[in-house]
Amino acid sequence: MNNDKKIFGITALFDTPNEIIKAAKKVKDAGYKYFDVNTPYPIHGMDKAMGLKSSKLGYVTLFFGFFGASSILFFMWWTLAVNYPLVIGGKPYFPLPAFVPITFEFTVLNAVISTFIAMIAVVFNMPFNAHPLHDSNYIKNVSSDKYGVVIESEDPKFDENNVKEFLRSLGGKSIEIIYNPEKQTFKVFQPRFVVFLIIVAIITSLSTYVTLNKLMYMPPFDFMMNQNKGSAQAESTFFYDKHEMREPVKGTVARGFIPYAFEGVVDTNEFYSNPFLPTKENLELGQKKFLTFCSPCHGDYADGNSRLQGQFPPGPTLHSARVIGFSDGKLYNIITNGQNGIMPSYTYQTTREERWAIVNYIRVLQRAQNPKPSDFTEISDTNKESGNASN
Amino acid sequence: MTKDYSLELALVDGNPSLKELDEIIVKPINTRPSKKYLLVLGFFSSLLLIGAVCVGLTFYYGIGMWGNNQPVAWAFDITNFVFWIGIGHAGTLISAILFLLRQQWRNGIARFAEAMTIFAVMCAGLFPIIHTGRPWLAGYLIPYPNQHVMWPNFISPLVWDVFAVSTYFTVSLIFWYVGLIPDFAALRDRATDKIRKTIYSFFSLGWRNSSRQWHHYEKVYMILAGLATPLVLSVHTVVSWDFAAAIIPGWHSTIFPPYFVAGAIFSGFAMVSTVLIFVRKVFDMEHIITLDTLEKMNKIVLLTGSMVGYAYIIEWFMAWYSGSPTELFTTLNRAFGPYAWGYWIMVSCNVFFPQLFWFKKIRRSVPITLVIVILVNVGMWFERFVIIVSSLSRDFLPSSWHYFKPTLIDMGILIGSFGLFFTLVLLFARTLPVISMAEIKSVIQGAQPTHHGDNHNE
Repeated sequence: MNNDKKIFGITALFDTPNEIIKAAKKVKDAGYKYFDVNTPYPIHGMDKAMGLKSSKLGYVTLFFGFFGASSILFFMWWTLAVNYPLVIGGKPYFPLPAFVPITFEFTVLNAVISTFIAMIAVVFNMPFNAHPLHDSNYIKNVSSDKYGVVIESEDPKFDENNVKEFLRSLGGKSIEIIYNPEKQTFKVFQPRFVVFLIIVAIITSLSTYVTLNKLMYMPPFDFMMNQNKGSAQAESTFFYDKHEMREPVKGTVARGFIPYAFEGVVDTNEFYSNPFLPTKENLELGQKKFLTFCSPCHGDYADGNSRLQGQFPPGPTLHSARVIGFSDGKLYNIITNGQNGIMPSYTYQTTREERWAIVNYIRVLQRAQNPKPSDFTEISDTNKESGNASN
Repeated sequence: MTKDYSLELALVDGNPSLKELDEIIVKPINTRPSKKYLLVLGFFSSLLLIGAVCVGLTFYYGIGMWGNNQPVAWAFDITNFVFWIGIGHAGTLISAILFLLRQQWRNGIARFAEAMTIFAVMCAGLFPIIHTGRPWLAGYLIPYPNQHVMWPNFISPLVWDVFAVSTYFTVSLIFWYVGLIPDFAALRDRATDKIRKTIYSFFSLGWRNSSRQWHHYEKVYMILAGLATPLVLSVHTVVSWDFAAAIIPGWHSTIFPPYFVAGAIFSGFAMVSTVLIFVRKVFDMEHIITLDTLEKMNKIVLLTGSMVGYAYIIEWFMAWYSGSPTELFTTLNRAFGPYAWGYWIMVSCNVFFPQLFWFKKIRRSVPITLVIVILVNVGMWFERFVIIVSSLSRDFLPSSWHYFKPTLIDMGILIGSFGLFFTLVLLFARTLPVISMAEIKSVIQGAQPTHHGDNHNE
């Protein structure tokens, strides 16, 4: 035998469970700390004989079970009550009884996986196929029908001859010295490994490309794209007029539609009266729509200062005495029907309410250019009454 | 004649040595498969192929290939799902609940039953996915942050089902694998050629049979059994909620959870018996999977069969007692309506035939047991069929009543699921130890230190 190698430990085999349990107890009593007993199956009472403390793995299960329960409950609360609250079946956003089944399942899942990983990876430090005992005659016997003891060289009391003698005195057979295997090191970038990496990269990118750019456009994966249906602008093979898009039945009235009697009648002397009060909301709406649709030609303050800089015939000022003299209904009629062949109709851009709001806002702009003396009185809590009185 | 009841029955007949046990268990793995085995494997894998073709047709043309239509939107697919999930329950019951109850006779059959659990849950898990018609969209069931900013509806029993079944599969797999680790180590140490040795070393994770490992291992095994026990009861409960939470008459019933769990164990034990009767004969394991074990399983089949029968009676009672005309109609319709043939197959297979197990002679007769357990399998499949189809085909609106007829594709997928299950079972029987070597060694006579005279605990 090669004596340069470091000894891992000395092993002995026993034939019966009674022998091994006595041997284990004697090894422990002799003061050895680094020893182990290998048996083909768990032997009752061995943990006591070896002086092992109760396994602490139950605490891992307990902790991760609680962790799983609380995290999934928190997650379900966050998704269904915070991130995307939905009323489902008239239940509250956080229906605890309905969350119980998933909480239970996830608790079990979390507890089982973490206990398994804790045992294998943390407690046993496995996978560990390079252990010195592997491939020895000893392990081949103890995984089949023999019971064995190994005393390791790390033990402070370890002495090759003494241990051999001690094991023999216990009645151990085929006493064997196990040596530590030589340490093997491998380079990270071996050519084979690099080639493997390249092949994996090529396969991954190719399959991703094919999946996303080809496969998803083939039946049956294209079921969303190629449906048996008409699309809005396509020619129909079904309808007589060859339109896929159907028009509403003649005389259909949209919901909430209020007819305007002078639609398309530019020259009229009869006008509607303004149905909307110039409230704050209404004026804000009017300001928004005025700045969007009117100000490009008439200017932000309706003074005819066009932003278009002559690229389009500039709109007239709305502060002229003539326009100030227009009734609300006439202004509304102009916005609705257009005027002079230059100003178009704004019925497609604005709703009825928005057009009346624009009229109200134009009145505000006109008043701002031609204020009354009372407009300069500051309205505050103290002189509110006087302000109201002067109006 | 008096019997000494203080002595336990021998769990393994003939008192073989540990080496002999190893030889018997490893023999199917290390010998070349016979022609007969290949023939049977070929048969079941052809069934699997038929199923695969039918599933392919379903995916290409859509689930219009099936007989499902309104109002019978669930038919063979969900029937098969519930049937296979039920089959799976026996494995966990044997490996977890009987372990906690210290029923050591389970050791001979636990490994096989656990494997059957895993294969059955695999068969079961396929059906809801197939039933979507667009199986690649099943990923939306997993709560992950997606473009739609949508989350699964966690208060739907169908989503509970996803969590329950996937948890059940994962936990069963881990439980099975934990049990296999020491056996992989034993196989590794017996292996002579390099390929086998590499594979077994990989899966054994470097297990050393050390008592310092066994010490934690046994604790973890017990914890896993403790967690798997409520889990197995929860899984079929959640499956039953798929129905019980709906308002269809014949589904909307509080008895469903216990009724389904009992039915699951019933059908699962029947399936385990069916397979094991062949395994013990073919692999010469009659002294490890003993007649006593089969008898005990028959007793459980008798018990759970009676529970299922009790549930059938309670359904009749509740139909009358509820005073609800729709409930009464549904119950009468099941027994005397268009699906009466299915109902009476179910009742005779599930309630009548298992009652024969009251006789010890029948319990201990292998051929009669085989016939009865196969009938139980048939009956339990029909139970799910009757519950699902007969309730849906006669719902609240008589104008939409419809008689469901399976298509050839439906039949093909059903056959295919049996093909998948038995192909996996056959492959398992020849690649892994069908009996837990470490567990069976620990329960033979003389395996544990004696407590008489030689007191090791002092």
